[in-house]
Amino acid sequence: MSNAVKTERRWPKEKIVLHAAMILAVIITLGPFVWIALSAFKTQIVLLMGDITFSPVSYNFDEVLFDRRSTYPQNFLNSLIVASISTMLVIVIAFLAGYSLLRMNWPRWVLNAFLVWAMLFNLVPPVSLASAWYELFRTVNLSIDLISLTLAHTTLNLPMALWLLIAFFREVPKELEEAAFVDGARFFTLLRRVIVPVMMPGIVAVAVLVFIFSWNEFPVALALTNNKTATVPVAIAKFVQEEEIKYTQMAAASVLSAIPALLALIFGQRFIVKGLTAGAVK
Amino acid sequence: MTSVQLGWMPKYGSLFPAIVFFLALAALPVANLLFLSFMEISWEGGVVQREFVGLENYAALADDPLLKAGISNTLILVVVATSCQVALGLALALACSSLGNSSRLYRTLFILPILIPGIIIGAIWRLMYNFQFGIINQGLDLLGIPAIDWLGSPHLALASVIVVDIWHWTPFSFLLLLAAVEGLPKDVSEAAKVDGATAWQEFRRVSLPLLWPAIVTTFIFRAVIAFKVFDEVFLLTSGGPGTATEVISFTIYQRFFLQDNPGYGSAISVAVIFSVALVIAIALQMQNRREATR
Repeated sequence: MSNAVKTERRWPKEKIVLHAAMILAVIITLGPFVWIALSAFKTQIVLLMGDITFSPVSYNFDEVLFDRRSTYPQNFLNSLIVASISTMLVIVIAFLAGYSLLRMNWPRWVLNAFLVWAMLFNLVPPVSLASAWYELFRTVNLSIDLISLTLAHTTLNLPMALWLLIAFFREVPKELEEAAFVDGARFFTLLRRVIVPVMMPGIVAVAVLVFIFSWNEFPVALALTNNKTATVPVAIAKFVQEEEIKYTQMAAASVLSAIPALLALIFGQRFIVKGLTAGAVK
Repeated sequence: MTSVQLGWMPKYGSLFPAIVFFLALAALPVANLLFLSFMEISWEGGVVQREFVGLENYAALADDPLLKAGISNTLILVVVATSCQVALGLALALACSSLGNSSRLYRTLFILPILIPGIIIGAIWRLMYNFQFGIINQGLDLLGIPAIDWLGSPHLALASVIVVDIWHWTPFSFLLLLAAVEGLPKDVSEAAKVDGATAWQEFRRVSLPLLWPAIVTTFIFRAVIAFKVFDEVFLLTSGGPGTATEVISFTIYQRFFLQDNPGYGSAISVAVIFSVALVIAIALQMQNRREATR
C-alpha cells in the first residue's frame, strides 16, 4: 500500500523532468529556425550590431522577391517545375513497376537487378551521379535545360519510391484483384478502380517525400543548371560566393525556400512519418 | 506470387518505363563514367581531346592529398556523428514513448530539420557560427568568453561541421528508433518491474537487447547518409580551412567540376562506387551466411 502511494507521488515528478528535457530538445531543434526567421526581418546593420530588440523590416523579402536583378522568383519557379514533374514521373513509373514486379511472375534476377540499382543509388554520393549525368547530357546537348535536371531527379528518386511502394503493395490483399478479375476488369481499369484507391495513403506518402527530396536536392542541381535554370538551393548557395555576402537576404531566401517543408509538415505529417520509417522498418 | 494471369502487354508494358530509366539514365551514365576514367580529357580549340591513359588515373588516386584528407574526415564524421545521433535519438525516443500521447507535438516539431534543404541548414549555421555577429559568439560574449572562430580554425572546423550534422539528423534517428520503441512488448518490461528491476536494469537487460536490431539498422541508415555529406560542407566551409573539413563528396566535386578534370574525377567516382558495391556484396554475403547457419 505504502509502495503504491510512493509511485503515485513519484510519477508526476518524473513526467515533469521528461517534459522539461523534451522542451529543451525542441528549443535546440527550433532555435536556429527562429533565429534565421528573425534575421530575415533585420537590416544588415542590425544583424551586424547584434541588437536584441529591433523593428522588423520587409526590405529583404522585397529585394529577394521583387527586385529586378533578383533571380529568386525564377529559381522558385524552376524548383517548382522540376520537383512537380519529376514527382509525377516517379510516382507513375514506380507505381506501374512496383505492381508489375510484385504480382507478375518476373524472374528473380529482374527483381535483383532493381534491388541492386536501389542499393547503389542509396549509397553512392550524388556528386558521383551528378558527374555521370553531366557528361551524358553534355554529349547529347541537353545540359542547360530543365529537362535534364527533371530526368536526373526522376532517376535519383525512382529506386526509393519503387521499394517504398512495393512495401505498401504487400499490404493490399490479393483477393481484391482476383475479385475484380472475376468481374472481368481489364488491367488499367483494375489499377485505376481498385489498386489506386486502396494504395492512396501510400502513394501520397511517397509523393510528399519525393517532392521534398527533389526540392532540397543540391549537388545534381548544381552540376546540371546555369544561371537561368538554377533551383532554389543552388541560388542560396550562390549568396555565399558573392564578394559581399548579403546575410539578411540570404536569410529571407532561406525562409521562403522552407515553405514546401512547412506545408508538408502541417498537412502531411502522418504521411511523412509513414514514408520515412517504412523503408527502415520493412 | 501466382495470383492473376494477364497477357504479356500489361506485364511488359508496366515495367517498360522503369527499365528505360534504368538503362538510359542509371546504367549508361555509370558505364560512361567508367569509360572516361581511363581517359585524359582536355579541350583544344573548343574540341574535346580524349587520350587513352589506361590505369594512370587510378594510380594517381594513391597520391592525392585531397582524397586522403577526404577519406579520413568522412570516416571521422560518419563514426562520431552517427554514434551521437543514435544515442540522442534513442534517449529522445524512450522519453517520448514514456510520455505517450502528451508527446504528440514534440514528435511533429522534431521532424522539421529532416525536411529543410541541406543548403538552408548550412546557411543557418553559417550565420550562427559567424565570428562577428553569430548568435553563438554573442552568447559567449554575454558570459564574458572571447569570440571563437568556429569555422575558420583548422582544429575546430570539423567539430563544428559534425555538430551541425548531429543537429540536422538526430531527428531522423529519433523517428526510426521511436517506431522500434513503440513496438516493444509491454508485458516483458512490466514483468521485469514486478520482479523488482530498477529502471536502468530494465533498460539494460530487457529493452536494449530487444532494440538492438533497430539500433543497428538506424546506425547503418544514418551512416549511409553521413557518408554522402555535401550540402552543409559546401556552404559552411567548402572543405577548408586547408583540408580540415574536406569530405569525399567534396573532393569529387573539386576534381571533376572545379578543376574540370573529368578523367581523374571519374576515376574517383568509379573507385567510390566500386568500394560501395564491395561493401554491399560483403554485407549480403555475411547476411546469407548468418541465415544459413541459423
